[in-house]
Amino acid sequence: MIKTFKMKMAVALLPLLALLTGCSDNIAVLNPQGPVAREQYHLIVWSLIMMSLVLAIVLIIFIYVLVRFGRRKSKGFDPNDTGNRKLEIIWLIVPVLICILLAVPTVKTLYALNQPPKATAAAPAALNGSKTLTIDVTSVQWKWLFRYPDQKIETVNYVVIPAGIPVQFRLHAYDAMNAFWVPELGGQQYTMTDMPMKLWLQADKPGNYDGRSSNYSGRGFAQMTFTVMARSANDFDNWISSVKNNQPALTHAKYMQLLEPNTVKPQEFSSYPAIVAKDFNKAQMDAVMNGESPEKDSMPGMDMGNGGKGGQK
Amino acid sequence: MMDSITNFLSHFFVTGDPMIYGADASIALVSVAVLAVLTYFKKWKWLWNEWLTTVDHKKIGIMYIIAALLMFFRGGVDALMMRTQLAMPGLSFLNAEHYNQVFTTHGTIMIIFAAMPFIFGLMNIAVPLQIGARDVAFPFLNAVSFWLFFAGAMLFNLSFVIGGSPDAGWSSYAPFAGIELNPGVGQNYYVLAVQISGIGSLATGINFLVTILKMRAPGMKLFKMPMFSWSILITSVIIIFAFPAFTVALALMTIDRLFGAHFFTIAAGGSPMLWANLFWFWGHPEVYIVLLPVFGIFSDVIATFAHKTLFGYAVMVWSMIAISFLSFITWLHHFFTMGNTAPVNAFFSISTMLIAIPTGVKIFNWLFTLNKGRIEFTTPMLWALAFIPNFTIGGVTGVMLAMAPADYQYHNSYFLVAHFHSTLIAGTVFGIFCGLHYWWPKMFGYLLDEKKGKWAFWVFMISFNICFMPMYFLGLMGMTRRMYTYPAGLGWGPINFIMTIGAFGMGIGFAIMAYNIVWSAIHGKKDTTGDPWDGRTLEWSIASPAPEYNFAHIPTVSTRDAFETMKEEKRAGRAKPPAPFKPIHMPNNSGIPVIMSAFMFVAGFGFVFWWFWMAIPGVIGVIACLIARSFVYDDFHHIPVDEIERTERAAGRLS
Repeated sequence: MIKTFKMKMAVALLPLLALLTGCSDNIAVLNPQGPVAREQYHLIVWSLIMMSLVLAIVLIIFIYVLVRFGRRKSKGFDPNDTGNRKLEIIWLIVPVLICILLAVPTVKTLYALNQPPKATAAAPAALNGSKTLTIDVTSVQWKWLFRYPDQKIETVNYVVIPAGIPVQFRLHAYDAMNAFWVPELGGQQYTMTDMPMKLWLQADKPGNYDGRSSNYSGRGFAQMTFTVMARSANDFDNWISSVKNNQPALTHAKYMQLLEPNTVKPQEFSSYPAIVAKDFNKAQMDAVMNGESPEKDSMPGMDMGNGGKGGQK
Repeated sequence: MMDSITNFLSHFFVTGDPMIYGADASIALVSVAVLAVLTYFKKWKWLWNEWLTTVDHKKIGIMYIIAALLMFFRGGVDALMMRTQLAMPGLSFLNAEHYNQVFTTHGTIMIIFAAMPFIFGLMNIAVPLQIGARDVAFPFLNAVSFWLFFAGAMLFNLSFVIGGSPDAGWSSYAPFAGIELNPGVGQNYYVLAVQISGIGSLATGINFLVTILKMRAPGMKLFKMPMFSWSILITSVIIIFAFPAFTVALALMTIDRLFGAHFFTIAAGGSPMLWANLFWFWGHPEVYIVLLPVFGIFSDVIATFAHKTLFGYAVMVWSMIAISFLSFITWLHHFFTMGNTAPVNAFFSISTMLIAIPTGVKIFNWLFTLNKGRIEFTTPMLWALAFIPNFTIGGVTGVMLAMAPADYQYHNSYFLVAHFHSTLIAGTVFGIFCGLHYWWPKMFGYLLDEKKGKWAFWVFMISFNICFMPMYFLGLMGMTRRMYTYPAGLGWGPINFIMTIGAFGMGIGFAIMAYNIVWSAIHGKKDTTGDPWDGRTLEWSIASPAPEYNFAHIPTVSTRDAFETMKEEKRAGRAKPPAPFKPIHMPNNSGIPVIMSAFMFVAGFGFVFWWFWMAIPGVIGVIACLIARSFVYDDFHHIPVDEIERTERAAGRLS
């Protein structure tokens, strides 16, 4: 009995050891590459410490009682030991304290994540004097469209951002819900058809970071990945002008093709038609294609937030 | 003409996959075999009289458990198929469509058609015996509940070979689960099958609430009930409050899909997020519907095999009540990442963390029940003991998930999948296996073999850890749930391979348990005393298997461990001489529940295919059954004294 429990402990500790000995390079969430992910990382580590403590206490008592009272001839059997007010108060108060120790940083981080991270690099010229970059993201079965509303370009399945600059992603869904997740840069948010969402991310230094959809949306979901390419200010400016000068424009017909459910290769466009910027969802787009008003069949007052344009502020 | 028939058939039956044809063949073979065996041994009448029309809570419990074990097997095969597909990067054992169906049916079957009915089975068997009752409050309704669950389960499983399975995940999020993005009958199967069995679940909740409140033996105050009965009382309340939300959500989605309404669509003012809210308003309490009963089982089993009264009884009860209350104000933590404002996420973060407090209290009370005990390592006790550390791991990762900003990194990743399997397997599955071994002698009159039981335990428990511990790390590496494949080069391959080994190990553990059941049915040790474990609660005071009327005399209770006290009194020579028997009032069998559920199945099947010519007669059949029942006045009989005497003597209870 005792031997098997020792074995079990060893098995349980192995992954923990692996974690501590620094194979965390592979583990995206534990390898934050930007201020948002780092803030979440600190919270995760803090909770991991507290929870390891709890688990350790439980395991120690567990092993103690089994070893001490699990033998046929063990002494100290006391059938009248049916409660202990003092002990019970202790193990009521300790979890309350632990909850407080976890809740305070949780709430603080929650509010902090609504604010843009601090820029750590000079803004590229392509931002036209703004200190942040805004990118509209639309999930379509099963691809990611990225629109640069100020730079007027569009990319598919990859996005280039300046390193050290806060980037606000505005998230939309064309059809099914998806979730926009770049684990090394920060936690995810959903894309939804009736509620644009905002997510601040920032990369410390130039590099490529894997992103993927984390909310199941059908057949091509597993292939619904994208790359976030963080570049220096200079490279970012060069990339923008290269796309503007060398790439084809996104035509209306091509855009309608992109909205079909399928998977496509990464691509980029030097401009986009006005309809793209309206962020229509599938129902609205169908209405427009049928020559109706996109607002026609949405009932005012039924949407969440202010007329469906509310959501997270 | 021929063409249109072929076309219809090729859509009606799922085609094109050798595995499906294999399933078709095996289903046909098994059905024919069952029919042949029943006919050959002339068992039709026996089947009808003894089982299909029974209203006996013990037989209904056994039927629940048999069905649940079959569903557990089906869900387990789904799991092994998924693990095979994911064992290495870029495999094509299953294609995307097939994989999507398999994970959807795995989740739905495990929660709704395996875990819940298994628990309903155990509570049917144990609760009336524990509280000293002769049946549940509404025996007829109990049979209706079972047959509705069975009809729902069969309808859901039929989707595998006829029409195609649902593929929107067990949570079926709108708008993806809506008719526009998910045409076909698969999702119809989901809404209708789950709805039909859900009606049964709701009725079970009402039935057991009334049973426990009204039918306890004289002297058994609420705070003298065995802990399992307490857990079922609280679970019943949760069922009654949570299930209507799901019933409504499913009904709205059915109307959306079948009749073109717009509750959850993108167009016409529908709100996809409303589905998420309604679903999880049921879904989170549902977690506790399958968890609180096993807390009760563990409490009784740990007390029995530590040979002590449960430590901190009142605190155990109050912590369950606290959990049941909190379970209704945490649903939003399933979608922290759907754009709630910071104050909303903060509220649900904290409310979720609060659940850890009563749960932690319970863990320590179990540990201190073991403390100063005389621990006996039987098979049910091993499952109960393994629950403590393994469930604690699931619990602490639950607290980590409760922290909303950190959840942005865990959500929908394998970290989450690992967490809920840690709680649902180490909690619910360990618990139902524990209860199965514990109450088996009371159901059938013989014990499951201890040696094989322990083998099954160790293989299953160790494999469970091999399967799910690495999964936490896989989640932190960025792998999300519901991916049918992943490319090489991300470093996910080796971990996935280890997990697959663990999954097959769990399959072997389950197979050993199944073998044990078959072996023990032939060679199992007879339980002649009715009290094989030196039990503390009333179910052990009667013969095994329990007679139809349970208690020849309704016991009078004065303490918490009622049977333990009786045994002590007997040893001290203070037992009272038994009173003479009186005729016992028992409910009559009825064929209406099974017939009504068959109509329900027909109606459900018709609705799935938009065949109203079939659905409407089905609904009329259901209504006709309800009307027929309301004219049954003569629905009870009395068991005469000499028959009671005969039964008691045969069980060696009369000297």
